[in-house]
Amino acid sequence: MLSREDVLRIARLAKLKLTDDEVERYRAQLGRILEHFKKLEELDTSDVEPMAHGLEVANVLRADEPRPSVPQEEALQNAPARRDGYFEVPQVLER
Amino acid sequence: MRETLKMETVIGLEIHVQLATRTKLFCGCSADYFGAPPNTHCCPVCLGMPGALPVLNERAVELALKAALALDCEIPERSVFARKQYFYPDLPKGYQISQYEAPLARDGHLDLELPDGTTTKRVRIRRLHLEEDAGRLVHDPPTGRTLVDLNRCGVPLIEIVTEPDLRSPEEAALFVKQLRRLLRYADVSRCDMERGELRVDANISIAVDGRPGTKTEIKNMNSFQAIEKALKVEETRQRMALERGGTVQPQTFGWNPEAGRVEPQRAKEEAEDYRYFPDPDLVPLLIDEAWTRRLRAELPERPRERRRRLQEGYGLPAYDARLLTEERAIADYFERAVALFPKPKEVSNWLLTEVFRLLDEAKLAPEDLAGRLPPERLVEVLRLVDEGRINRNTGKAVLEEAFRTGREPEAIVEERKLGRIADEARLAELAERVIQEHPQAARDFKAGNERVLGFLVGQLMARTQGRADPKLAAKVLRDKLAAS
Repeated sequence: MLSREDVLRIARLAKLKLTDDEVERYRAQLGRILEHFKKLEELDTSDVEPMAHGLEVANVLRADEPRPSVPQEEALQNAPARRDGYFEVPQVLER
Repeated sequence: MRETLKMETVIGLEIHVQLATRTKLFCGCSADYFGAPPNTHCCPVCLGMPGALPVLNERAVELALKAALALDCEIPERSVFARKQYFYPDLPKGYQISQYEAPLARDGHLDLELPDGTTTKRVRIRRLHLEEDAGRLVHDPPTGRTLVDLNRCGVPLIEIVTEPDLRSPEEAALFVKQLRRLLRYADVSRCDMERGELRVDANISIAVDGRPGTKTEIKNMNSFQAIEKALKVEETRQRMALERGGTVQPQTFGWNPEAGRVEPQRAKEEAEDYRYFPDPDLVPLLIDEAWTRRLRAELPERPRERRRRLQEGYGLPAYDARLLTEERAIADYFERAVALFPKPKEVSNWLLTEVFRLLDEAKLAPEDLAGRLPPERLVEVLRLVDEGRINRNTGKAVLEEAFRTGREPEAIVEERKLGRIADEARLAELAERVIQEHPQAARDFKAGNERVLGFLVGQLMARTQGRADPKLAAKVLRDKLAAS
């Protein structure tokens, strides 16, 4: 079973703030998902190549030909804040 | 006791190189973003709009493969793109498309040429993979806001990770120089460090008595000088701590070039957890023999091989061969010029002094030289000098004008009457005047003082701005003095 700390850590990684009720609700829901995967783990896959994609397709490639970008106005139109053509966000620290 | 500790510096590098494509890695937006107004090179894909799908740029794959081949990497048949997830405003999707478990290439090497000019040292390449760049952030502390420009977001990069095989800051800088040269030769990237097209992070630790030490990471080293300086500062800091019996803490530093310091970057609350997984939007990349064979055939001669060939094939001194092969464009230029004017040392002399000076003054990149001054023009100047029609100094002036104006050297010589005066009658006239102006010298010569002739020849040369043929000038003066 998933611990409360596990749920809080996942929430932190997803930048979500959860109420105590939600922590409990997701703990149960996420726990059920994990149980489902446990069930899948019962299959013996030792002879199966790991699969990275569901399609039997490879090498979908594009020629290096420029195409028009969207106008700046359109690029910014969903932004809650902007300044001088930039998206504006609360100050962040160096990564 | 402590003096007996045997300390060895251990450095590994992580290098990001922007590939010379026209478009971004997963969309058709122009990758030529430098200096463009913010957020004008964007589309739903690189803005991270829901539902937009990435499609891989074939050219980016080929350039990355060329880099891998130039570094003698193994290229697995199959490589996979993965999502590296983190939240930061330079990354609108919330994940970077990179490669993780199945990188494009691994297990390569670069044989570093050491400063002694003869020995090499093998530096192993652990992996080389493709990934997309993030956007650019402009911090504005007065307003407590950060501005985001996503033009760079999605631009193709390769990340090259070395094994910790480097043993000094000098060696690390040398490695980056030679890696840059190799990638520029292969046209993988321009590697313009001022534009951030080649960025270097390093891990550094001190092994004591053969035991591995604790690593720290240095970021933001964006010039050869910065690499050497930053690593020296950190090397000294770690050594001093260990000599005093202290310890080194794992930490990430940023290099502050203005202050000449490494500055701790804010410690993260918890270890990064990128939760890599294969990107379901992208299908695997399969690379077969035929593809790598074709790309290998497109690779140019390596810098080291080319240097050897220039040295041996044209009988050039090692010094000349080394300078001529630092840049492929210069080596190409040299060979084109020598094909037209088969005096290699003479071509090399002019290139390494006059042409390099002109390039430097005009702040031109080596690859722009042939467009500015085609080899044919340089050779024309060399011929004019070689045939004695102009002297060496005039040749330099003509070259400079040809470089500046793009005009034919021959036409410049004609128009500015720079050609040597070999017209005896004209020189005789001038000699007459020189003798009249210096009667004492003329008398001294007639009295048997031969050395005075040199002075008179100098006067005649000055009157012709150095264009007189000195031998003819002496003859004409002698004739005049004998006759007067």
